[in-house]
Amino acid sequence: MGKKLLIHNDKVPNIHTLDVYRAHGGYASVEKALKTMTPDQVTDEVKKSGLRGRGGAGFPTGMKWSFLAKPEGVPRYLVCNADESEPGTFKDRYLMEKIPHALIEGMITSSYALGAKTSYIYIRGEYFYVARIVEKAIEEAYAAGWLGKNILGTDFSHDCYVQVGGGAYICGEETALLESLEGKRGNPRIKPPFPAVAGLWGCPTVVNNVETIAAVCPIVNMGGEEYAKIGIGKSTGTKLISASGHINKPGVYEIELGIPVEEFIYSEEYCGGIRNGKKLKAVVAGGSSVPILPTELILKTAKGEPRLMSYESLGDGGFQTGTMLGSGGFIAMDEDTSIVKNLFTFSRFYHHESCGQCSPCREGTGWMERILKKILDGRGTEADVELLWDIQSKIEGKTICPLGEAAAWPVAAALRHFKHEFIDYVKNPKNIKDVKHYFRLNNLVEA
Amino acid sequence: MSAQVHGTQNFDKAKRAEIKFGEEAMATVQKIISHYPADKRKSALLPVLHIAQAEFGGWLSAETMDYVAEVLAIKPIEVFEVASFYTMYNLKPVGKCTLEVCQTSSCWLNGAEDIVRYIEKKLNIKVGETTKDGMFTLKTAECLGSCGTAPMLQCGASFHENLTFEKVDNLLEKYRSEGRLRSYTDKDYHNTL
Repeated sequence: MGKKLLIHNDKVPNIHTLDVYRAHGGYASVEKALKTMTPDQVTDEVKKSGLRGRGGAGFPTGMKWSFLAKPEGVPRYLVCNADESEPGTFKDRYLMEKIPHALIEGMITSSYALGAKTSYIYIRGEYFYVARIVEKAIEEAYAAGWLGKNILGTDFSHDCYVQVGGGAYICGEETALLESLEGKRGNPRIKPPFPAVAGLWGCPTVVNNVETIAAVCPIVNMGGEEYAKIGIGKSTGTKLISASGHINKPGVYEIELGIPVEEFIYSEEYCGGIRNGKKLKAVVAGGSSVPILPTELILKTAKGEPRLMSYESLGDGGFQTGTMLGSGGFIAMDEDTSIVKNLFTFSRFYHHESCGQCSPCREGTGWMERILKKILDGRGTEADVELLWDIQSKIEGKTICPLGEAAAWPVAAALRHFKHEFIDYVKNPKNIKDVKHYFRLNNLVEA
Repeated sequence: MSAQVHGTQNFDKAKRAEIKFGEEAMATVQKIISHYPADKRKSALLPVLHIAQAEFGGWLSAETMDYVAEVLAIKPIEVFEVASFYTMYNLKPVGKCTLEVCQTSSCWLNGAEDIVRYIEKKLNIKVGETTKDGMFTLKTAECLGSCGTAPMLQCGASFHENLTFEKVDNLLEKYRSEGRLRSYTDKDYHNTL
């Protein structure tokens, strides 16, 4: 069993309540930080821990915190990015639903470090019931004095609020999230200035993912150096992985960074292998945006070394033969899966979610979706396959926010590793119909 | 501030005069407004729109948006530009139950298309349509964060996961017998079948 720091108590009955959470050591990091540490000492521990943003980008959290501007008399804000929308990712939902106090505890401890008197948890609108659970937990925390004025009798006062979104993937991008929090359309801002200087309402703001903020609690409790001993190399600590697709045991798993991908897919502790005795065809390892890899490249690097679940190992080989850990949205596909059709669902997604600000993304995503639809309808040509490559190459790096890259990368990777399937579809349209991908339902009689 | 919200809809002054939050809804709205600095009321727009949609028939008419603008002391166009950006706000009337079937990768890999086809056949409507009795609207949705429990559909605030045809049958029957509008402010938000 690997080490668990975030969801080790997820099966404890009523762990979502303050009393049970507290009885299992909850809020210890708030006590330790407020009573025995200065805010800078908390930030130092986070720096030492090597914690990297768990939302997808993997930027060092301690460094992000140290960029926060601290002008006199200007409020600073901590904003939690709980707009989890990356296809294949559902870990933040799990964490907030099962152990909401883990997030709230992290919000208080982190806010203390940053000197933020107010924080907001921005939860995607579709997670309305999750927002309810978090709101109830916040009420409990206020009643018990963990939030509000003079927490634990110290000078530190803090208010934490939940805001629900309106249904827009783009609001997971931190500046779009801030726009949305200000009651506007979720159009990403041009950077610089970064939120650390001018964020929410123009004030210095740190935006962190749910899992990142929750990880601050064990870091403060055990110390940054101890935390950094977990994991491998620059991939320190544990990571929540959302596992889905054609595996026997889909769900959220907390792994110690650095375990072999093969172990994660096939061991009973995690995914339990591929369903119905099928073979693995491909994996999207870190949410829909990251490059898809065929079995041979996800299990081993191009050099033939075992591929590990870490930022570095998954990235080994760059985009030619590697991928990214991303948000940890791990989608496994079996031998019968149509890579083209799966890509179509991604492209449709990005087209739907493009905010429309930048032409390459607004037009390109729709164009790619339509070409893929054409291919799947049996009307594609080899020139269409070339055109797809051309379009994706003209989106990357030409947009205000990374949604452009997120839409281009999956197309590029599918073409890089599975071009033969696209060519087969345009040459032999009858093969398209032969694709079978339904599992739980194909035993049932079609109505 | 009663400049009219633009768009293709007609603005009905009589209807507009009838729109007003009840006491409970207004208390919730005021509480939300209090979460932000006094001069940043606009920040409450997204959550307040959810409440308005739930309170006034499951969609946002021009009259409703005009009212929300008044409550938050912002311009009606500021409401409309937000309402038209986010997918959860309906700018057209919908049925009492809106079924949103997730269709992105993991759900697709697990048969979301079969679920959509099954519901279409069963309710005799296509995606985007509402049944004649005004009970159900069928929509597809992009990733709802339920990939490990796919396929799934969302109705109001409820997630219905690991769907089978049988579960869909039970769900439709249950909602039909309840016959009520399910909204994001429903008290029983998570009654997964």
